[in-house]
Amino acid sequence: MSFEIPRETNPGKIVEVTIGATAAQGGTRSRSVTIGGSTALPFYFFEGLHPHAPVVAMEVFDRVPAKYPDSLREYYQDVLDSPGEMARRCVDDFGAEMVSVRLEGTHPEKGNRSAEEAVEVVKAVLAAVDVPLIITGHSHFEKNNEVMRKVCESTAGENCLINYVETNNYKTIAAACLAYHHALVAQTPIDVNMAKQLNILLADMSFPQDRLVMDPLTGALGYGLEYSYSIMERIRNDGLAGDRMLAFPMLITPGVECAKVKESRAAEKDYPSWGDEKRRGAYWEIATAMSLLLAGADLLIMDHPRAVEVVRKQIAEMFHSTKEEGRGSLRT
Amino acid sequence: MALSGLDIFKLLPKTNCGECGVPTCMAFAMKIAQKKAELSSCPYASEEAKAALGAASEPPVRRVKIGGGGGLEVGGETVLFRHEKTFFHPTGIGLEIRTSQGEEKTREDIRQLESYQVDRVGEVLKANLFFISHDSEDKAALLRTISLVKESSTKGLIIDCPQEEALREGLELLPGDRPAIYLRRPLAEKDIEMAKAINASLVITASSHQDLAEQTEKARTGGLTNLILNCPGEGLAGGIQNNAILRRSALKKSFKPFGFPLFARIADEDGFQSLAASAALLCKYASIIILPRFDKALLYTLFTLRQNIYTDPQKPIQVDPKVYAIGDPTPDSPVFVTTNFSLTYFIVSGEIENSGTSAHLVVCDTEGQSVLTAWAGGKFVPEKIAKFIKDIKLEEKVNTRKIVIPGFVAQISGELEEKLPGWEVIVGCQEAADIPSFVKSVKLA
Repeated sequence: MSFEIPRETNPGKIVEVTIGATAAQGGTRSRSVTIGGSTALPFYFFEGLHPHAPVVAMEVFDRVPAKYPDSLREYYQDVLDSPGEMARRCVDDFGAEMVSVRLEGTHPEKGNRSAEEAVEVVKAVLAAVDVPLIITGHSHFEKNNEVMRKVCESTAGENCLINYVETNNYKTIAAACLAYHHALVAQTPIDVNMAKQLNILLADMSFPQDRLVMDPLTGALGYGLEYSYSIMERIRNDGLAGDRMLAFPMLITPGVECAKVKESRAAEKDYPSWGDEKRRGAYWEIATAMSLLLAGADLLIMDHPRAVEVVRKQIAEMFHSTKEEGRGSLRT
Repeated sequence: MALSGLDIFKLLPKTNCGECGVPTCMAFAMKIAQKKAELSSCPYASEEAKAALGAASEPPVRRVKIGGGGGLEVGGETVLFRHEKTFFHPTGIGLEIRTSQGEEKTREDIRQLESYQVDRVGEVLKANLFFISHDSEDKAALLRTISLVKESSTKGLIIDCPQEEALREGLELLPGDRPAIYLRRPLAEKDIEMAKAINASLVITASSHQDLAEQTEKARTGGLTNLILNCPGEGLAGGIQNNAILRRSALKKSFKPFGFPLFARIADEDGFQSLAASAALLCKYASIIILPRFDKALLYTLFTLRQNIYTDPQKPIQVDPKVYAIGDPTPDSPVFVTTNFSLTYFIVSGEIENSGTSAHLVVCDTEGQSVLTAWAGGKFVPEKIAKFIKDIKLEEKVNTRKIVIPGFVAQISGELEEKLPGWEVIVGCQEAADIPSFVKSVKLA
């Protein structure tokens, strides 16, 4: 019985989005990062192209999150209050390919820092590291809009990824990204149709396709992962099948989501059956990241240095082994 | 190829006798086509119908059973993506035991895996298999290891033993236990006979698709269909792609040689790499994953992933309806009410925890529906909420007489107060993420 690999050719292609700008491109980054471009399901090298490997970013912040896990504290304890220093550690020591600056401290109930203070934080990180930046905001529309507008303006030319807009609050920030040339994350709550609708709304504003990244919302392992997983699989399948309003690279946030989860951080002495909490903290993030990579994630914002190391190694090995041999290591 | 309902109808007696439990032959045919009924329910089915349907109803991915009562059934999958329907038979997770590792470690491995089980969202999670790898020359060590596992475990057993005589003697220790035999070399006639004789299954390994297809054809021709396929390829990318190709061939091309459960054995690196590889392969069709060492944190993580991926997307996981203690509540702590959709419960309880407040969370039975769906479907309405609160005697458990309902069902607050005399109903926030700021702004107890 002779066998032939059932290859499927997809009419669609995921949009390529470039983030960050070098001096030649008008910014100050040492290099830019490109994601997307796939013409097949994740890691299906046998039937399509994946010109860009998924990228791992790490996160710093202007305010230490409530209940910040001990398993992370041990890596960052001395730099938690210094976003620039923390960013340098993420890039130099832990291999972050991008840095996300989370401006949670500008939320009226979480410190209410001013937009000017936020700009200072972002500038400190820009000065400390030379990788492209993601600027991550929060859900308080009014304040977030004010902060993001200022940040967009003050980082003009850097081609940051502005994270995020949502269906009920996208115009102000999208306009700022248009004016100062940044890329943008469109976030929707685990729903294919809402994701598509927001992308259409942005297209109606003439927001350029090649500056748009989708965040279908990450559920951590055990906390809705299966919903994120299936929504992402559906979005990626539809995008590859030719639905251009779903053919964007996808962002996931295993770091911040797993850090919230009790099962990833509770001590073994309190929950003996959950096993060693030091390893478990990284395991939780690895399992969330690896499964969502298979569902179509192109850009990951992670927290745990050990998890970052492992996930980057897996991505690199998968891309390396298959690039060298063209169609991959498959023998028919 | 699968037959349509109409194709099947043509093969039925068309007497509408109803003895199959379905009123008409047409309806019965439709049920067979949807795999909701079997031809054997029809007492008058012709031989011709049985033959035609037998070939067509052979599942695209065979079900294979390893072990007896406490054993494992894998395979039987019908879709490539869980959102298309569901994945049916959760991945069997096993631990590798090497016969060279010494009896003491073997005993410890067995004891640890055997005693490890954990409750999560009302499900008991545990490992399913032992994989004995005979990596020494000492036949007695193999026999001893098999005996030790058999003595203290009902989990399924897979044996990897390149020495034929040792393997035969080992299998003799397992009458009626339906073990699986892992072959390091290409399948031979004698393997088929050996497996058939004791009702064992075979794990067939090949490095190319063509080779694998030829081996499984040989087994099928020899009358053996309890097969498990191992086509690892190079690195994780090779494993993922091979699994994808095999499964797609079976489901989309009806390529029978690949219509079997898939196997993965994880290399002995550090736990982090093992977990990363296991997680990826679990998502991509591995029906059996063999881990190199016992690690509670890793098993717990992988069990949780298995639970997530194998949840039926159309049947949300529910949590038990009852009062949950969030943090360390006292009778004076505030009371929140929500539905028993597991995700709702997790998010709400997580955000209450994040708020730093301890509270009582009353989880009503809404058959696993989320707040708005349950409200629209009449399952999260004042009458039912009030009855539940009375049934669980909440008044005796807490001192407060304030109860917080989700912001999305603000409209029920008046009626709920009427149905719960003495209680004040407070309308909470719409999004769970806003609970931390909500508890700061309102006096709840």
